[in-house]
Amino acid sequence: MNIETLFGLGAAALVGIGLYGLIVLPHPLRKIIAFNVMGSGVFLLFGALAKRGAVAGLLADPVPQALLITAIVVAFAASALAVALIVRLIEATDSASLASDPPEEAAQ
Amino acid sequence: MMTGGIVNLAIVLLLMALAAWAVLVREAFLAIAGFVAYGLLLSLVWVRLYGIDVALTEAAIGGGLTGAMLIGAVSRLRGTEAAARSERSGASLHVVALLLSLGVAATLALCVLALPDPAPTLAPQVIENLAATEVGNPITGVLLAFRALDTLLEAIVLVIALIGVWSLAPDRFWGGRPGLRYESDPDGILAYFARLLPPLGIVFAGYIFWAGADHPGGKFQSATLLAAMWTLVLMAGLADTPRIAHRGLRLGIVIGPLVFIAIGVLGLFSAGALLAYPEGWAKPMIVVVEVALLPTLTLILGLLLAGPPLRHDRPGSKA
Amino acid sequence: MVDLFSIVAIVGGAFFFLAGSVGLLRFPDTYTRLHALTKADNLGLALIVIGLLPQVGGVLAGLKLVVVWLLVLLSGAAVSQLIARAARRRERQ
Repeated sequence: MNIETLFGLGAAALVGIGLYGLIVLPHPLRKIIAFNVMGSGVFLLFGALAKRGAVAGLLADPVPQALLITAIVVAFAASALAVALIVRLIEATDSASLASDPPEEAAQ
Repeated sequence: MMTGGIVNLAIVLLLMALAAWAVLVREAFLAIAGFVAYGLLLSLVWVRLYGIDVALTEAAIGGGLTGAMLIGAVSRLRGTEAAARSERSGASLHVVALLLSLGVAATLALCVLALPDPAPTLAPQVIENLAATEVGNPITGVLLAFRALDTLLEAIVLVIALIGVWSLAPDRFWGGRPGLRYESDPDGILAYFARLLPPLGIVFAGYIFWAGADHPGGKFQSATLLAAMWTLVLMAGLADTPRIAHRGLRLGIVIGPLVFIAIGVLGLFSAGALLAYPEGWAKPMIVVVEVALLPTLTLILGLLLAGPPLRHDRPGSKA
Repeated sequence: MVDLFSIVAIVGGAFFFLAGSVGLLRFPDTYTRLHALTKADNLGLALIVIGLLPQVGGVLAGLKLVVVWLLVLLSGAAVSQLIARAARRRERQ
């Protein structure tokens, strides 16, 4: 089995692991971590596809790799915004619950 | 080579084990430690896949900055973990989630095994047209010449994310300083470290920035290094976070996208399409865009780590 | 001959990393664990760098490897000091 297929299969497993964590874990911060695992699995899949596009002059197709750099930076920005939201939720309501009832204001 | 195959298999298994651990372990702090190790191992995977620029970015942003941000968040959880654990859903949701994840993973695996051969690729076009951009690194050529629109939109997305983080500030603190004020212990080891490392970091960042034209590197990795040095200085208490109402700060944040858009419009008039570069002017314009984007990226990455404004100048003063 | 030297040095470095990890898992408290980690990582990485030095092409690349080792040494020393100090402070409370 060549390297691209092996890493592609590994990436599929990572997406599955991340998805399971995203659904099952109760705390929002853990959900963000699981979401990042899932995202990096998708990036790895894309990277394996980039490696398959190697030709005589280049060891890997550079267009997907450039898109991956953009994706990693944007994923960090999204995680930063999500984490800021979670921290604000905890400060405002003293709990990190995502339950349907509107949260009560915590004593400031 | 057989040994290469064994190494790859070992790396993939370790990667899956770390990911499973980061998802399944009980405590959040352990999960983050596992996640940082996972990020660093992933950058090794990128080296095996011949994506050196991606490996640099993953190690710096995926492993380093994301890990730092998560650790900063976990210290402010205030015991919400125990409450969340008591809210755990029943076995039926676990089973459904397990089946769903297995289904998604299996579908992706089947797609991987059924990929077309030979693989469709844009590499020949990149090789043909790279000489016209006068840069040697094909990734830089793609990021700043062939797909410059993606990079421009990415910079704008970063600005919007920063505005989103700032908007979470309580109303009375708008315009104030993000994050806590760290005490500085002038004889402490952290202050020593924060005086010793940033000059080295700045030199390395400058090298990575300039070498990005022809070798792996570029402005993203260099901006991450500079933001990390800034965060180190802030954490040692040697400097305070700037007020977000500061004009110079705001100018630094928007100058990257503004210069990029200006060059794009210039290209519209001089070469016929948005973000097109006229003959022979490709390299200077790329350099101008990169130099303008460097402060933007550094400030945005550092400020995303710092968070929304939480105070004004003197701690404990009113509004 | 040179390859043999590299292999021996790198295996030695890997052994020290293994010893450091075993120490992390088996030692009783924070201070001894820090001791195991920093000694193992510094010496282990040094052996790996020494093993890789004959394999690189040119003095500049070898110098970069040594600078990497020095930076890891520096950060390991600073961070272990900070952790030990925090552990001490927590003990006193």
